[in-house]
Formats: sequence, C-alpha cells, structure tokens
Amino acid sequence: MSNAGYAQERETTEGKVFTVTGGDWDSIVSGVDPLHDERIVVNMGPQHPSTHGVLRLVLEMEGETVTEARLVVGYLHTGIEKNMEYRTWTQGSTFVTRMDYLAPIFNETAYSLAVEKLLGIEDQVTDRANTIRVLMMELNRISSHLVWLATTGMELGALSMMIYGFREREFILDIFEMITGLRMNMAYVRPGGVSQDVPDTAIVKIREFLDFMPKRLKEYEDLLSGQPIWTARTKGVAVLDVTGCVALGVTGPVLRSSGLAWDLRKTMPYCGYETYDFDVPTQPEGDVFARYLVRLAEIRESLKIIEQALDRLKPGPVMVEDRKIAWPAQLALGNDGLGNSLEHVAHIMGQSMESLIHHFKLVTEGFRVPAGQVYVPIEGPRGELGAHVISDGGTRPFRVHMREPSFVNLQAIPAMAEGGLLADVIAGGASLDPVMGGCDR
Amino acid sequence: MDGAGEPPVTQPEGLFGVTGTGDTSGMGGLVRKRPVQLDAQRPYGGWYDEVVDALEEAYPGFSDAIERVVIDRGELTLHIVPAKIAEVCQILRDDLSLRYELCSSVSGVDYIAEERRLHVVYHLTSMTYRRRIRLECAVTAADPHLPSVTTVYPTADWQEREAYDMFGVIFDGHPNLTRILMPDDWDGHPQRKDYPLGGVPVEYKGAEIPPPDSRRAYR
Repeated sequence: MSNAGYAQERETTEGKVFTVTGGDWDSIVSGVDPLHDERIVVNMGPQHPSTHGVLRLVLEMEGETVTEARLVVGYLHTGIEKNMEYRTWTQGSTFVTRMDYLAPIFNETAYSLAVEKLLGIEDQVTDRANTIRVLMMELNRISSHLVWLATTGMELGALSMMIYGFREREFILDIFEMITGLRMNMAYVRPGGVSQDVPDTAIVKIREFLDFMPKRLKEYEDLLSGQPIWTARTKGVAVLDVTGCVALGVTGPVLRSSGLAWDLRKTMPYCGYETYDFDVPTQPEGDVFARYLVRLAEIRESLKIIEQALDRLKPGPVMVEDRKIAWPAQLALGNDGLGNSLEHVAHIMGQSMESLIHHFKLVTEGFRVPAGQVYVPIEGPRGELGAHVISDGGTRPFRVHMREPSFVNLQAIPAMAEGGLLADVIAGGASLDPVMGGCDR
Repeated sequence: MDGAGEPPVTQPEGLFGVTGTGDTSGMGGLVRKRPVQLDAQRPYGGWYDEVVDALEEAYPGFSDAIERVVIDRGELTLHIVPAKIAEVCQILRDDLSLRYELCSSVSGVDYIAEERRLHVVYHLTSMTYRRRIRLECAVTAADPHLPSVTTVYPTADWQEREAYDMFGVIFDGHPNLTRILMPDDWDGHPQRKDYPLGGVPVEYKGAEIPPPDSRRAYR
C-alpha cells in the first residue's frame, strides 16, 4: 500500500472501481468524473445483519434510490433433499426439521402428512396426535412471528422490541424442551403421529403462557404502533397488491396484508383445523405496516387455537396402531435430551424378545411406503409450505422437495424495492420474513 | 403413450417385505424401482371430470398435449407433452372454469430407469375453486428442453432455475436461467440420481463408518 489513506482505484471494463478501506471517501468523490453517472452498485450481504442470514442483495443505486435489485441465494445450501434419499422415512423428519430453523414443527408436519398420505393412513392418526400437532404448530407460529417482530424491530431501530421478542420466544422454547426434549430441531412430529406424549407439567406452562402473552402483545403495540419512526419507516413502504402477490407466488401474512384472506387452515384444512374457531386477519394496505398488524393479529388467533386445543386434549395414544410403522419404544426425557424409558427397556429385556427384534428392525431398516407421489401443503408462518414426496416402494424416500415459502417469497424483493430508497429495501425484505435455511434447503 | 401396457410392479410380500433369499443384512444394494404409473379411466369421479372436461373444451390441442391422466391418492396428475406445457398452463390460468391462478411449486425428479428420465412437476392451485392439480413433463437427459412457464406464472422464475441447477433441465425462454443454489462454475447437476452424494468415511473409536451413500441399505 504505497498511497495509504487513499482509496485504491483500478480500471475495469465496467469503469473505475474503488476499494474503500477507511476514511478515504474524499478520494472517491474527487476520482469520479462528475459528468459520467451517479450509478453505484451496492453489495449488501451475505453477512449483513439485516439480510436475515446469508442473503446477498446486489443493488444498483442512483443516489439513494434503488434502480435495480438482484438477489443471490445459495450460500447456505445444505443438500437436505438429496441427503434424505439416503435415509429412512423416519430419519427424514430429523432432516426436514433443520430446514427452516424458526419453524421446525411445520416442516415436520408437512413431511409427515405427506408420508401418511402415501401410506394411506391419514384416517388412523389419532385425535390426540392431531390435537398435539395443532398445539405445537400454533406455539411454533407464535415463536416464529416473535422472531420476525424482534429482528424487524432491530432492523428499523427498535432495539427494545428485539429483546422483548426473543425473551417471549425463550418461554415457548422452554415449552418445546419440556415436551420434546429439544428447543429446536426436535423431530417431534413423525410419520404416524408424534414421538411422545405431552407431559402434564408442559400443559401448566402453556396455560401460564396463554395468561401473560396477551399483556405482552399489548406492550408491543404500545411500543410500536403509534411510534413516529416505526410508522414512518413502515407505512406505504414496499407495497405489493394482491395481483403482485399471486403472480409472484407470495402467500402467508404478506398476501393477507394486501387484503386476500387466503389461509390454508381455512381454505384447505388439514389436521382438523376446520373444527377450531379462529379468524383470518387481513389488512387492505399491502405495506410493511399492514404485515406487522397481520402478524400481531395472527399471534392472537394462535393463542385462541392453543386454548381450544388444550381443552380438547383427551388421553389416548399419540401414534398409529400399526406396529409396522410405529416404533414400539416410547421415549422418556432424560437429563441429556431423549432416551428410552425404563419400562420399555424392562419390557424388551425381560419380557418380550419380539418387541426388541421388532424395534431393531424398524429402527435400522425402517418401513416401506407404497410407490406414488403426493403434494401436501400446510400454512406455515411464512406462507404455503408444501411437501412433494415421492416413493418408489422402498424404505427410503425416492425424492423429497419442499416448496419453501421463504424461497418463493424472496422473488418479490425486486418488485418491492426497485424505485424505492435503500432504507426501504431493509424494511421490505424484513417484512417477507425470509429464513435462509428454508430458502436454500 | 409411454407407460401404457407396462407390467405392474410387484409389491414386496411377507413380513418386512421379505422376498427372494430373505437376506436381512442390508448388503444387497439399493435397487431403485420406478413407481407405479397407471392410467386413470373415465369417469374419474368427483371434480376431476369437471377439470379435465373444461380443459378439453378450452384447449383445442388437448388430445395432442395430454399424454396420460393419473388419479392417485386423491390427486389429479396430467402428463403433458413437454413442448406444450406453457400453452396448457396459459389455458389453466385464464379459462374461467379452471382458474389455476397460483403456481405453488415446480420441482424436478430423476426417474433414472426411464428413457425420458427427467420429470418436471408443476403443482397448480385454483384459489377460486380451491382445487389442486399436478402437471408432469418428462424429457430425456440428452435433450432436456421444455418451454419456460415464467410468462404465465412469474413465480416459476426461481423454481425453474432451481430445477435447472439441480437436474439440468433447460427451460427455453426463461429470462435468466442460471444456477441458483450451486456456484456458477459448478459441474454437474447434484440431484440427478447418478450424481454421487459424496462424503467421507468417519473413524470413531477404531471403527470406520462409511459415508451415507455406501452404507448398507434395505431394498
């Protein structure tokens, strides 16, 4: 570095390129021909805090205005879909749960529903298992929306909101830990039911959550809804109308914030959602503020569903009867997560060699799924989460493809950002609630 | 029509599907079979007839474009001649009695045993009628071309890029058909069945565990 303190410049086919390292902005201003043009290309990400993970935004700017926005994804590509082809159907749930790490229960449920449809055992899934799935999904929806609220608050400068959002999410993760043994990536919903029953202590904790959460929601609204900075940064920003949403395949809260009450829980129900009493909140404006209102209202609706699910949680099995699908062992919560229950060990070691053999066969070999393909969509926190699962009749999935709402919704960023200001790219991108783990799979 | 008159696939028999020697070691190798593909016969029942009739009425080239109709597990699949896919999508989206406004998903599948092994599967949703339909196109690995549906459904943009990246299907007319998940200079298409999974053996307490694709597998 001979001329330290000055931006290095080199000529390229695209024009002069400067490498800015410190307080050497002056040399850029003096180095650029003022008559040439004002075009600047800004690379935002892939590790920028407000790109929700490893998303890279290539923005072409004219002054503060974005003239073109291009997105680059793929930095997190985990190869989960390919990996699943080399594992059993049950192991599949341990893979899908890791895709969208803020909504693991939804990934597992979509996958499990698809496998059950392939097996033709949807009717055999017990009421208790279905109710627990609904309960877990709605808790997960709240925790996912809370992270959205927290991170979006942080990106728009409301740092208190970030702390509050993550604080309440911790409480939900505690509930998940009591029920499944893990806080994230639980692999709790399995083909045929759920991996184990909900303990009574968790019910108490969920009731406690139902009690204090409405007050906390009120606090969030007091903090944000009328606040001048929040409204200035969100109202009329990144507007997308119904036509734009449907053309770009955008679903979930973003679609509902532009006025269309399209919620798969109502329009194409699964897991018995048609028997619950809840509303689909919508807003007509289609801007970031509307998406904030819709998500807050959805948290309230989820609380209603959780309350109803708790009331109808009757004792019963949580796995299908079919012994060729259901693992005979009921797991117990140990100090280090999950383990076999003592009763099960006593049973297989002392009384039933058959159970031991059966368990061994099911765990190592897995069950077979009749050949065919299905597509099962559910309403995830970000929109339509679909599982396209194909079996060739073997013990492993032939192909699993997840229709991930993060992946599809991110396509809408250029439509929202171009012509707007750089600061609005942050608000618009955040309002889509993208999770890159889900996007790249 | 490909697939008409093919022999039915035999299902495994006995407890745990034991056939043949009854080898339970899992060392027999993983044999991939093609899933059952059956033609559905009219009347299909339910709303399936309505949709197929409406498409037949609205689309003059119906008999040339539709290879096969399959109804399995309550889902309607239309197998489409690859060159016609964009036309069929246009009709499905615009016809008032069909109205498949939303293209939910586009994904690829590699049925390696078939001649036209690369399949592209489209899941369309009619928000008006609350129905779903699946379209499936099969192309060969040597000539993996089919028209892009991005002009009909802009949302197919990234999903077609993903299918291109993962399976090497080329969508003619796509505005920007580049890799999306893999680096630009990557060789091959990772989700094809003949593309190895990769991985290294892991040594743990003296035992060596082979990588997942070479571990024992049950048929």
